[in-house]
Amino acid sequence: MDLNDTPEQAEYRAKVRAWFDEHKAEAPVLRGEGAMRDEHEAAEAHRAWQRTLAEAGFVGVTWPAEYGGHGLSPLHQVILNQETSRAGVPGILDTIGVGMLGPTIIAQGSDEQKQRYLAPMLHADEVWCQLFSEPAAGSDLAGIQARASRRDGGGWTLKGQKVWTTNAHIAEFGLLLARTDPGVAKHKGLTMFIVPMDAEGVTVRPLRQITGDPEFNEVFFDDVALDAGSEVGPVDGGWGVALTTLMFERLTLGTGSEEYGYSGQRFAEAIASDRHAAADSEVRRRFGELATELLALRFGGFRQLTAIQRGGMPGPEAALGKVTMVTATVAAGDLVADVLGPDALEDGTEVSRLISFMPGLKSAGGTEEILRNTVGERVLGLPPEPRLDKGIPFSELRAKEREAAGAQR
Amino acid sequence: MNFELSDEQVFLQEAARGALSRHKTVENAREALEGSERLDLSRTVIEAGWPGLLISEEHGGAGLSALESMLVMAECGRVLAPVNLLGLLPATALLDADGSHADLLARLAEGEVRATFVAARPPDSLEEGWTVEPRRGSQRAPAPRFAEGKLSGDVAWVPDAPGAGVLVVAATGEEGPVAVLVQDGAAVEEVIRYDATRSLGHVSLDGTLGTALDVSEHELAAAWYLAQGLVAAEALGAVEECLGRSVAYAKERFTFGRAIGSYQAVKHALVEVLRRLENTRSLIYYAGWSFRDAPEEFPLAASAARTAAGSAFDYAARELISVHGGIGATWEHDAPLYFRRSQLSRRLLGGTGDASDRVADVLLAGAAKL
Repeated sequence: MDLNDTPEQAEYRAKVRAWFDEHKAEAPVLRGEGAMRDEHEAAEAHRAWQRTLAEAGFVGVTWPAEYGGHGLSPLHQVILNQETSRAGVPGILDTIGVGMLGPTIIAQGSDEQKQRYLAPMLHADEVWCQLFSEPAAGSDLAGIQARASRRDGGGWTLKGQKVWTTNAHIAEFGLLLARTDPGVAKHKGLTMFIVPMDAEGVTVRPLRQITGDPEFNEVFFDDVALDAGSEVGPVDGGWGVALTTLMFERLTLGTGSEEYGYSGQRFAEAIASDRHAAADSEVRRRFGELATELLALRFGGFRQLTAIQRGGMPGPEAALGKVTMVTATVAAGDLVADVLGPDALEDGTEVSRLISFMPGLKSAGGTEEILRNTVGERVLGLPPEPRLDKGIPFSELRAKEREAAGAQR
Repeated sequence: MNFELSDEQVFLQEAARGALSRHKTVENAREALEGSERLDLSRTVIEAGWPGLLISEEHGGAGLSALESMLVMAECGRVLAPVNLLGLLPATALLDADGSHADLLARLAEGEVRATFVAARPPDSLEEGWTVEPRRGSQRAPAPRFAEGKLSGDVAWVPDAPGAGVLVVAATGEEGPVAVLVQDGAAVEEVIRYDATRSLGHVSLDGTLGTALDVSEHELAAAWYLAQGLVAAEALGAVEECLGRSVAYAKERFTFGRAIGSYQAVKHALVEVLRRLENTRSLIYYAGWSFRDAPEEFPLAASAARTAAGSAFDYAARELISVHGGIGATWEHDAPLYFRRSQLSRRLLGGTGDASDRVADVLLAGAAKL
């Protein structure tokens, strides 16, 4: 076992570090003390910072060179992320585009789409958002209802609603999963589209969370006209394209965030500063247990990175890291608030933000319950839950669901 | 970046599994509860070279590290094998660090004589002395005193003490903590408690002659943490076995026309076992890696591994019972044997609770310095 860089990786790290040492003063302050308060101004500054990073060669490091990338390994991305956080500067604005949506277009898009969209995405001249989840379809993503119908004379008309959309309010484009054939089983009649966010009929509304801040948006599509050629991948083959995006999401999470930025050390100070609490055996037990989980997350992350370095992908069991992260940080927020008392709940403090953020995060990227189903079935090989939606045309399925819900009343 | 086992380490693991598979260890765990002799695995242990795992090559050992010993322990734990490694390995680590008892080290590596470590818990920010297990209760006792070549004091619940040829005792000397080699004269009362696979003894030292080893305070503390890591590793193997057995049964047992593993209530609990298992494995690797590559982190790593392992094993053994329903709680079933192991193990050597307290102590002390 060896947590050190290879000589080639060490050289890359040195290069990145030297660049940050020279340029970190140019980075915008987006969080904490002295942060830019005007949201629009902050987003513009963040865009400009991504452009600067792109020009330095630090955006899309794993993308092939022909699309403006650098053809490096995911471990180079990890090194870049580590050095970004070490320098205390923000990363790129459009991690969703560059990490997940761009790679999807590279894998499944047409040549025209690659020529048109990839370079502006890298430079944040155009920011992207992911339009997958809906109010009635999250963990069961194939149950989406946004409907794209063929228009006379070519192209499509789009109608529906998406939700939990990060960056929709600043995005130029979105990658959207829509139903194009409700007459077939639910995974089969889906198509992926590129949607210009300034098109007529697109409405973006901020969605405020427990913290009080709008961390996401909801997006409405009222008869939005899409040009022919907006489809990414085959018509009615959108599920496969969505799975490609979700695979890149797993990779982005795997390389993106050691311990998701949480560690025992981060919470230790609040407890240590209260001498009574620091000597209380119950406080120490709770803290020791949650810090243990955070350490497991960190070193489990190194096991995942090893798999990635060897050319593999994080397996479905990697998703358990998210469960551990949520479990441990909920426990941490709870403990720090117990130690500090009501004062810890003052709006805007780090602890109160954490306490408010985690209940929603528990369901982000798929609820914990569905995640446990997936791991139980794919990793442990346990038999699946009985399903009532297999092989039934989507339109009939919806009618059945409505009927069943009605019968419950 | 490489945080997985090497080919050699995987080979060691498989060889250990193979060697142990020739014995009916789990059956013996039940028979021993009923009064039969505990299996004598000393030949298997010696043939595999496990006594010499932590003895350097110049002294006749394999010169391997903590990670390899923990991998072997995990395989022993998987099948509830009654081996004497928990007491032996930390003792050999201390004797090897001292280095002056070459003849004894060679005999230990060959398995001609067996040593056991009489452990003491290193101080922390709330307890400044070295302490040992009491026979009963939550108040820890002071470590044995070592003065003028003689040891005095009692240490209860010492793993693998019965029948050990030599003891390495963590004691408090006139100039601080000291490791003392005892060749003769210690009284050991054998105790069997709840899990008959575990050899335990109450050690009484009353003016017992001993020789101080030339080891640092850091090395003496590391022996305590090594023992923590070994208990954790033993649990890791057992948790993996509990999970495998639970999953197999959940696939073949049907209720209401469905395999019980298809029910979320069962599936989610088994995924929770998996989550705790993998967290424990990551921390065992951390402990194994830090032993040599980041020794200043070893106390934290080994304590975290023990914390995770203790709760994982408790959870997994209870889940093994409940997945099997009423059958899982019967004497004839193997589940109670794993349950017994988990109940006793997590109360030895400070217990799981002391390990989580140590994790907190290390991190809080680090924060207080900032």
